[in-house]
Amino acid sequence: MPWRVEFEYSRFSQQELDAWQPILTPSWAISIFTVIGLIFIPVGLASLFASESVVEVPFRYDDECLPPDYKDDALEYIQNDNINKTCTRNLTIKNKMKAPIYVYYQLGNFYQNHRRYVKSRDDKQLRNKASENDVGSCSPEDYTSTELGHKPIVPCGIIAWSLFNDTYRISSNNKDLVINKKNIAWKSDQLAKFGSDVYPKNFQIGGLIGGARLNESIPLSEQEDLIVWMRTAALPTFRKLYGKIETDIEVNEEVMLVIENNYNTYEFGGRKSLVLSTTTWVGGRNHFLGMAYILIGGVSLLLAVGFLLLYVMQPRPLGDPSYLSWNRNPGSLR
Amino acid sequence: MSIHSSGSRSNNSILEVSLSRSGSKARPVRYGSKGADSEGLSMSQRELRDEDARLVYINDPGKTNETFEFGGNSIRTSKYSVLTFIPRNLFEQFHRVAYVYFLIIAILNQLPQLAVFGRGVSILPLTFVLFVTAVKDVYEDWRRHKSDRVENNRLASVLVDGKFEEKKWRDVRVGEVIRIKANEPIPCDIVLLSTSDPTGVAYVQTINLDGESNLKTRYAKQETHGKEGFGGVIKCEKPNRNIYGFLANMEVDGKKLSLGSSNIVLRGCELKNTSLAIGVAVYCGSETKAMLNSSGAPSKRSRLETRMNFEIIWLSFFLVALCTVTSVCAAVWLKRHKDELNLLPYYRKLDFSEEGEVENYKYYGWGLEILFTFLMSVIVFQVMIPISLYISMELVRVGQAYFMIRDNRMYDEETKSRFQCRALNINEDLGQIKYVFSDKTGTLTQNKMEFQCASIWGVDYNSTKDNMEGEQVEHSVEVDGKVIRPKMKVKVNPELLQLSRSGLQNVEGKRIHDFFLALATCNTIVPLLVDTPDPDVKLIDYQGESPDEQALAYAAAAYGFMLIERTSGHIILDIHGERQKFNVLGLHEFDSDRKRMSVILGYPDSSVKVFVKGADTSMLNVIDKSFNMDLVRATEAHLHSYSSMGLRTLVIGTRDLNASEFEKWHSAFEAASTAVFGRAALLRRVSSIVESSLSVLGASAIEDKLQQGVPESIESLRIAGIKVWVLTGDKQETAISIGYSSKLLTSRMTQIIINSKTRESCRKSLEDALVMSKKLLSSSGVANDAGGSSDATPVALIIDGTSLVHILDSELEEQLFQLASRCSVVLCCRVAPLQKAGIVALVKNRTSDMTLAIGDGANDVSMIQMADVGVGISGQEGRQAVMASDFAMGQFRFLVPLLLIHGHWNYQRLGYMILYNFYRNAVLVLVLFWYVLFTAFTLTTAINEWSTTLYSIIYSSLPTIIVGILDKDLGRRTLLKYPQLYGAGQRHEAYNKKLFVWTMLDTLWQSLVIFWAPLFAYWSSTVDVASIGDLWTFGVVILVNLHLAMDVIRWYWLTHVVIWGSIVATFISVMIIDAIPNLPGYWAFFHVAGTGLFWLLLLGIVIAALLPRLVVKFVYQYYFPNDIQICREAEKIGYERVVESGQIEMLPISDNPPR
Repeated sequence: MPWRVEFEYSRFSQQELDAWQPILTPSWAISIFTVIGLIFIPVGLASLFASESVVEVPFRYDDECLPPDYKDDALEYIQNDNINKTCTRNLTIKNKMKAPIYVYYQLGNFYQNHRRYVKSRDDKQLRNKASENDVGSCSPEDYTSTELGHKPIVPCGIIAWSLFNDTYRISSNNKDLVINKKNIAWKSDQLAKFGSDVYPKNFQIGGLIGGARLNESIPLSEQEDLIVWMRTAALPTFRKLYGKIETDIEVNEEVMLVIENNYNTYEFGGRKSLVLSTTTWVGGRNHFLGMAYILIGGVSLLLAVGFLLLYVMQPRPLGDPSYLSWNRNPGSLR
Repeated sequence: MSIHSSGSRSNNSILEVSLSRSGSKARPVRYGSKGADSEGLSMSQRELRDEDARLVYINDPGKTNETFEFGGNSIRTSKYSVLTFIPRNLFEQFHRVAYVYFLIIAILNQLPQLAVFGRGVSILPLTFVLFVTAVKDVYEDWRRHKSDRVENNRLASVLVDGKFEEKKWRDVRVGEVIRIKANEPIPCDIVLLSTSDPTGVAYVQTINLDGESNLKTRYAKQETHGKEGFGGVIKCEKPNRNIYGFLANMEVDGKKLSLGSSNIVLRGCELKNTSLAIGVAVYCGSETKAMLNSSGAPSKRSRLETRMNFEIIWLSFFLVALCTVTSVCAAVWLKRHKDELNLLPYYRKLDFSEEGEVENYKYYGWGLEILFTFLMSVIVFQVMIPISLYISMELVRVGQAYFMIRDNRMYDEETKSRFQCRALNINEDLGQIKYVFSDKTGTLTQNKMEFQCASIWGVDYNSTKDNMEGEQVEHSVEVDGKVIRPKMKVKVNPELLQLSRSGLQNVEGKRIHDFFLALATCNTIVPLLVDTPDPDVKLIDYQGESPDEQALAYAAAAYGFMLIERTSGHIILDIHGERQKFNVLGLHEFDSDRKRMSVILGYPDSSVKVFVKGADTSMLNVIDKSFNMDLVRATEAHLHSYSSMGLRTLVIGTRDLNASEFEKWHSAFEAASTAVFGRAALLRRVSSIVESSLSVLGASAIEDKLQQGVPESIESLRIAGIKVWVLTGDKQETAISIGYSSKLLTSRMTQIIINSKTRESCRKSLEDALVMSKKLLSSSGVANDAGGSSDATPVALIIDGTSLVHILDSELEEQLFQLASRCSVVLCCRVAPLQKAGIVALVKNRTSDMTLAIGDGANDVSMIQMADVGVGISGQEGRQAVMASDFAMGQFRFLVPLLLIHGHWNYQRLGYMILYNFYRNAVLVLVLFWYVLFTAFTLTTAINEWSTTLYSIIYSSLPTIIVGILDKDLGRRTLLKYPQLYGAGQRHEAYNKKLFVWTMLDTLWQSLVIFWAPLFAYWSSTVDVASIGDLWTFGVVILVNLHLAMDVIRWYWLTHVVIWGSIVATFISVMIIDAIPNLPGYWAFFHVAGTGLFWLLLLGIVIAALLPRLVVKFVYQYYFPNDIQICREAEKIGYERVVESGQIEMLPISDNPPR
């Protein structure tokens, strides 16, 4: 077996394979820091400008829309179906907002990432008509009560059950700014995750109504609000897309918001806001990324300059054996 | 170790006494450093008691197996059968703590209240490792099954109803009589009954058993030899694993005979040079000594791993702390929101599905919820304890072992033997050795003895004096028209040769005659005739286990006293062409108490002489000094000068026995050798009858040449800061002279010699020595510990075994240690095997420094086992040292590449790997933990549960393993050039508490960056759990892989493949996971990857997280470089210069290695 001999004495088995061995020399270090600085600072500036150009109009209305009579009894207000929840406010838009303007609702102190919550859904049931009875992980919103026939709820689980049900209308100069609620969900969800033959059934008919009802004649794949809601947020303060306004809003234009304040966040002190915002390539208005980039870039440049100075003042010859500890030792006889 | 008499056929005439000499090969006859062997001694002293015995009825397997069913001869090395595989394999695998941990976590996760991960995901890692191991086990076991089948179905010829019939091996039973032909393997352990040789000798090769290739002689008892029918009872000890001992007796025809290890042939041996042998099976199948010995390698735990386990305890505390923080926070949260929980949309404690009765849904009360939170956090944060590290470490060690085994530098051309890794768990200990304890003979020296000098009757005949004259003379004789020639040539002294030829004419000639007669006969050598290409010439090969005896026999042959034949009763010598036959009347084997052996020869003219040879100390006690004082003195002077030259000396004495003396001895000898109890002790007593008032014939001196490269190796080891201690059984003068020739001792050194006979004098010499060493060391500055080469006057301590007897195990130990630790060299001479272990223990128990013991003989076994690392030299002396060792190799000089190269690499690699794995797992756990703080402390994981699991399987496992196996901090040439670099391991530079803490701080920073940057960037945005989870997944994976990439020193193509491949594999895995519509995170990656923010964040995270590490690394490497760093630079620059100039040369650093 000649190959065997060759193998045994191969450069591999002798650990003599060719290798690239980079060393972090001053020139390398200085170049690396310079390059980082030179890339990060412009990128940081660019994203900072981009984020600065975003116009964002938040309007917190959970307290704003609470009638003064109910200031101390918000729960009574929200739970009583007989009280009119409509709330109208005017806002002046300070900057020009170019279409498309995104309409978000923002919830605060709402743990959509709570373990109990994120588990309480069934993705099979959402996708597939045949899996209607597949409500394993959905309790307590899995079946209707025995009085109602113990039928499976579609869509099951407390995520769907707690579907957000405030509604907004926005008008400007008595002209409605149409909020387009089409295409607010991910296309992928509509195509593959929510079945086009799965229709809501037995939804929100139990003893406790958690949120919005669903039109039972529309398949889940078209229930975009539900789809958006079901994509649970990562953080306790989150936004969800409500719709898009496809006309510009001019500077100092006065818009009127008509909010149906149905969703109960008073129970747990959650905040609700309506947010109008444009968007750019870095997303919404958030300066963090740009700042962070500029900071990293700046620090890198400073380091590069510092190391350069140090290198000029105090260079060390590379690989000089006189630096070896046993050669440096003053006690040495040699 | 026993002498057996078969005096049945002879009783009257002395001349016709034919004592079957049972040249027991149990303990080789050895002198010098190999002499004392406590194990052999204890064997002979143990006697057989009834309750420890097994009865074997010869040729009556039915009766033999009647009361006790002895094991059959079928062997089973395979562990499993089809049915037992799953339970047994699982049972064995769960012996590992790591798997039990995995299992407990997986079980916890199966409880519905705690189900953090899906069922499938949680058992995936465990099933994965179990499956991989099981597949490996199945494959190995399948091979064992196959070889078992082959073994068991071999045919043996067994006596059934008076005829020999073929029988499969597996059907052979204890008590059956078996016939074996030449070159056939032995099916089970058999006691020889008869052989084709007229004297009942059978030769066997034991290479499969102990690796010794020389032939061994075994004997059939005269009482059974050559007989037709077989009957009798053998009472033998229970099966045990001592392949060098056998204790039994046999009752035949009403006579009780003792049996020893020379009468038993073991399974695994082959019959050689003997056409036929018949024996009775005594141990079968799994009870054979070969099978009992086939146990695995010793298991040790390395120092690095011990330290690592300590750090893992810290990590466990940290894990508990994380879990506690989580559950306390959860408790507070639950308390605060107590009133809201019922209807909280994301909690919904109440279950309204049953109208009328409102129940709590999945809520078990505050206390239990907290407990569950705690347990769930243990499940989520489980990887904090890097269990996968244990598995990776095993893989890395296998890789390292591969490289050590395959290293050309440790391949012994002469014996064609590779380096052997017997212990797999202590590779990295090789990089931290501080003390090397070395045997001398066979370890530092070749153990190939050459006869050099002889002192005969006070006259020194030195064969090396004159190179011109000292030609290698070939002496040959003619027998039956064929020329017989010894296999080895020996340099002879022409004057002595001339004198030896002169025969018995004068007194001088007579003495020389006796001297060589003693050399040729007083041994246990078996001459074997070997064919040569020339049909008329035969080589005579002296087979024996003691190289000294071989050398002496070859020397005698060169001077014309050629041993031609040795049978059980006589010896035939060719003395200058004249054949002479001597009867061997008795033989007292060598033992380590007496340190001598004797043979009683009956001359053709009926006179009887005893020849004794032994170590000088033991011989001078039994020599009749009054007879010729001058002679004794002259001999002693020669002995002294020989040993100062580093030669091994033996004293030879003789005495005529008159009839009454012989009778007295003979009757005592007969009685002793048939004794059932205390035989060995009795025989020793009998030997003193003849081994007394001897007259000195002379002394022989044998040279044991240093092995190749020993001085250079010792020099390298010393520069590397390793203290080399030599422990030898030789005389002080021999030891010192070997010390000089091996450069262990130099003329610059001050020697402190301790040679005391009483405890008091020991104490005094120790105190004096301490004072002196202090003075010497302080006068010229403090010895430089780090560099290893002491700059002050180095001190060498030479101490002998007698002093050690008083010092070891007494309060003087501490003083000895104080003294020895100041000395750069310690030489212990005349030490017994147990003392060797005692010296190792002296150092091992008092320091935390690592010890390594290296030796080749059975007398080194205790020392090898005592030391942290035991190295066996597979040399001339059998395999006992190798079998006890952790590593085995062919030559002493391989210690240098083993320690300085492989030890260094292994240590650096594993040290880094452990730290990296701590970091790698902790960074993930911390990211998970930070997120938990934003989920109302409910242990939701943003990172997909599959990704969490695959993290340590696919995303980041391979790079660390490959880097752990392949990465090299320095090339071998540099490591050999600067042995001082070895100090890094001794100082624990690659893994220590400081590094651990710094690594953990770095981990903390990196986890903060990974977690918080996306958190701020995505705060109050539409991001969903799966998308941010994917970002964190990539962040962590790219970060840990780049972190590793930053620390890789040498990039091979494989390193590139695994590091970049892991990142690519992560992307692919995440894409696959996100393409499963049934998972909530469906398509998240494809969605989020379309946003610029995602990629900018990813880049920013990685750079910001690595920035501090890069800065610290650069500052340390450039402004506070350690030796390794400087040498790396030198290597790199040197390499570039070589490339530029186009010639391959050593590094351009011109310094000679400092001394």
